[in-house]
Amino acid sequence: MLLSLGLILLCQLVGEAITHATDVPVPGPVIGVVLCLLLLLARDQALRWMPAELRDGTFENTGRGILSHLSLLFIPAGVGVVQRLDVLAGNALAIAVSLLVSTILGLAVTAWVFHFVARRLHA
Amino acid sequence: MHEDVFALWVYLARSPLLWLTVTILAYCLCDRIAAALRRAPLANPVLMTMCLVGLLVRGTGTPYATYFDGAQFIHFLLGPATVALAIPLYQHRHMVMRSILPMACALIAGSVTALISAVLIARLLGAPAAVVTSIAPKSVTAAVAMGISGRLGGDPALTAVLVILTGILGAIIVTPLLDWLRITDKRARGFAAGLAAHGIGTARAFQVDPLSGTFAGIAMGLNALLTAVIVPLLL
Repeated sequence: MLLSLGLILLCQLVGEAITHATDVPVPGPVIGVVLCLLLLLARDQALRWMPAELRDGTFENTGRGILSHLSLLFIPAGVGVVQRLDVLAGNALAIAVSLLVSTILGLAVTAWVFHFVARRLHA
Repeated sequence: MHEDVFALWVYLARSPLLWLTVTILAYCLCDRIAAALRRAPLANPVLMTMCLVGLLVRGTGTPYATYFDGAQFIHFLLGPATVALAIPLYQHRHMVMRSILPMACALIAGSVTALISAVLIARLLGAPAAVVTSIAPKSVTAAVAMGISGRLGGDPALTAVLVILTGILGAIIVTPLLDWLRITDKRARGFAAGLAAHGIGTARAFQVDPLSGTFAGIAMGLNALLTAVIVPLLL
């Protein structure tokens, strides 16, 4: 489990380093996702040489463990928002309508286009 | 007696342990409530915990910086959790590869729709330019959104608030809206949640179905990239 955690942190660390070095507008952890995916695919190519922890599903379980309470991880930032609701004052109506309508439209258009294209292609 | 309690409070309030414990236990309580209400969209655990802990922090007159000293240990895990999205992505990789084209089309259509509608409505209702700029990247994960907003003359603090509010709004709306539109494809539902409501939408998608969660995670990452490219072109 410790090795798994270390490897996940390593993916993030390298991701952060790439972001800082190259100015790509993507956060380090998102690049870390790509690196972690490559790591898993590389593991499958050389399975016999891998430490037991990477072969017996421990790595997958560790990741699922961190992900199982993803909602919890937004609370610290969310509490900051509760303390800063004052920044909304002055334009509350424009902001409220804009957020609500654009979120509904964004969700509907995304899901509908996905659904439509997938059906056309039988994907 | 009163003074003893006060002294104990002064001691505890300065240690990171207090607010870390409060955050975790408040979340456990709210997650129980959400489960008891059969994960009804409105019983969103992020929203409930945020309000509960927010009230406690404000009610005790605790500065946010003090709260964050304790809560930062949880906040830190957002990075590793994002990396861990690679694991469901790996497990569903064949399904993901088959869905490349629907994802690409949905990404462009959805991202542009969310962006343009937000900017147009805010302008029409008379929001000043700095506020419009702060609204534009609101569907994207906080770190990227604040960067975009700051670079283009918006207010990053306002953007952070709008990002979280959008996430919660999206997580609440997605299930009833897509039920009403009769879109049952789990991939499409998850992808929409991650695109419009970033990590909070992704968390919601994982609660409903792991396949939806996987697609939500992909949408979140891709939309961060696309929005960072198109916001400067649009504004």
